[in-house]
Amino acid sequence: MNETTPTTLFDKLWASHEIVARDGESLLWVDRHYIHEGAFEGFTQLRRRGAQVAEPSLTFGVADHYVPTRRSQGGGPIADPEIARMVEQFNVNMAANNIRAFDLNDRRQGIVHVVGPELGLTLPGLLIVCGDSHTSTHGAMGAYAFGIGSSEVAHVLMTQTLWQKKPKTMRITVEGTLAEGFSAKDVALSIISTIGTNGASGHAIEFAGPAIRGLSMEARLTLCNMAIEAGARCGMVAPDDTTFAYLKGREYAPVGDDFDRAVTEWRKLKTDPGAQFDREVSLDAGHLAPIVTWGTSPEDALPIDGRVPDPANESNPERASYLKGALDYMGLTANEKLTDIAIDRVFIGSCTNARIEDLRAAAAVLTGRVCKVPGMVSPGSSAVKRQAEEEGLDRLFRDAGLEWVDSGCSMCVGINGDTVASGERCASTTNRNFRGRQGAGARTHIMSPAMVAAAAVSGHLADMRPLMAGRKV
Amino acid sequence: MDKVTRISATACPLPTENIDTDQILPARFLKLPRNGKHGEVLFRDLRFDAADKEITDFPLNRPEWRDAKIIVSGTNFGGGSSRESAVYALYDYGIRAVIAPSFGDIFSQNSAKNGLLTAVVTEAEYEALAAALERVPNLPITIDLETQTIVCGNLSFSFTIDGARKARLLNGWDDIDLTNSFRDKIDTFKATHTQAQPWAVPKARA
Ligand code: SF4
Repeated sequence: MNETTPTTLFDKLWASHEIVARDGESLLWVDRHYIHEGAFEGFTQLRRRGAQVAEPSLTFGVADHYVPTRRSQGGGPIADPEIARMVEQFNVNMAANNIRAFDLNDRRQGIVHVVGPELGLTLPGLLIVCGDSHTSTHGAMGAYAFGIGSSEVAHVLMTQTLWQKKPKTMRITVEGTLAEGFSAKDVALSIISTIGTNGASGHAIEFAGPAIRGLSMEARLTLCNMAIEAGARCGMVAPDDTTFAYLKGREYAPVGDDFDRAVTEWRKLKTDPGAQFDREVSLDAGHLAPIVTWGTSPEDALPIDGRVPDPANESNPERASYLKGALDYMGLTANEKLTDIAIDRVFIGSCTNARIEDLRAAAAVLTGRVCKVPGMVSPGSSAVKRQAEEEGLDRLFRDAGLEWVDSGCSMCVGINGDTVASGERCASTTNRNFRGRQGAGARTHIMSPAMVAAAAVSGHLADMRPLMAGRKV
Repeated sequence: MDKVTRISATACPLPTENIDTDQILPARFLKLPRNGKHGEVLFRDLRFDAADKEITDFPLNRPEWRDAKIIVSGTNFGGGSSRESAVYALYDYGIRAVIAPSFGDIFSQNSAKNGLLTAVVTEAEYEALAAALERVPNLPITIDLETQTIVCGNLSFSFTIDGARKARLLNGWDDIDLTNSFRDKIDTFKATHTQAQPWAVPKARA
């Protein structure tokens, strides 16, 4: 490409990792490979070939998906033998391959997509992969980050590279400023409900515009986390002073002169004026309302003052059958007011919304109030947990009637045994409301942490705005 | 991996959109090792109720579609979680191809690495296929990967598939061998890359 051709941030990241191009695909260099316990199949393939991990120093393991979350309340060995085996297998794979691992006993343990940025392992300009679809999260720091399957995990382990077809580019510009109390989750759900869960399929999204510039690092991580729910290959935000300030002093971030030199390079990581995207979408942050999902896909999202859709009003028969199925599964009636939907429990956690700012936002609504339903708060990492405890948030959650547990994926996916019972309805800060996601037969409504707190104290889906009147986050 | 060229078989319609990988293989089965038995838990919570009883009206449980090797489904099949075991489940059950208007990206990528063909057709073609199968359930579908065509009764049209994925399926390629043939280029790249961005190699603070 000619020096003077304006290029997108994504094109720059792609070009700086391309080793060779062949038959419509390129072999890309991987700067960071994150591993969690679910990646065992990749190690099985490695052993079958008698191969070695090519770059153990670029590979990092974190135990999150299977870990019990009530560890500090009793400790002892893991009760469920299957889960114990998964965690043990992870430890063995990490040790046998000289991979730096933040295991259950490490102060740095947490959900991989929270831990990577928190430790400064995730940096602008890097290509990052992990056997997990929400790897898109790391793009918030100006990295090219995407989820891969286990055959690809095996490939990265053995070669530190990956074959990829270049995605198309898409810019989502968010104008205006977010009103007080609105969160990146509301922006993400609005985008997904507008363009659909398949709307960004095959695309690399760059989030841009004044509203995005105004977001904190944590909010950007939430937004990019949800990019995969729009079907995108990855999501990203160009790094800026917010990013650099966040990174400075983090355990694995460069130090001193190295840091300054890195920042000089990182400042070049942005889309040039006039660069062309394959697709452009824009929305105005000023028009947003707090959003909740009602159905079984993240695109089934509506402002809280809306009503459950009526399949009878849908002209496309396939869509109508989908809506009907979703309403049946969710136990909802067409045209019902969203604020009339009673809930059974809440969950505050996951790599989407369990960073310290998320916990503070939920706490602001909960202060001095009591929840009408039970629920659980699982911080995004052990570090977030410590910080929240220093700020007294744990007491506040407990006083409001919620359970305060250790960090892990927990009820986001339910594989560690933290599940929502069949038929129960949960207001959740997670990213997927798929059928059975939080447990077989579980009904999930996803929303921001403040909205989950509002639902908890109301006993039904509720608008957090009146509850926040006169309060500060 | 076995080469894929032509599939001619009974096809089961799953006429709804957004069949995500959590539905194809629920999370509680993610602990299963790869042993060829993932097919038993394919669509577990759609095929069986909480008491392990078959849900008789789920299409794959109907006698005419039980042995289908092809699935015809709505948009965004395989979206969501990156779990490759969703592909193992389909493959182990005996499914060799899925036809849909669109697929989850990681799912298609995982499929191509495991010999499962994902054929993209238009909405209208999908609807025509699903309708034909509702009328004549055992009407076989023939998919030819080389020519990218689908034939079903008197319906015939072409489908799209990413070129690299097509090549992978046709040749039964092993990516690792292919990549290793570029070893020199990788080594050169690594040296330049880490020199240009020394911070790309992480060092923990003392
Ligand atoms: S918290 Fe949920 S979405 Fe995030 S990595 Fe864990 S299981 Fe995946």
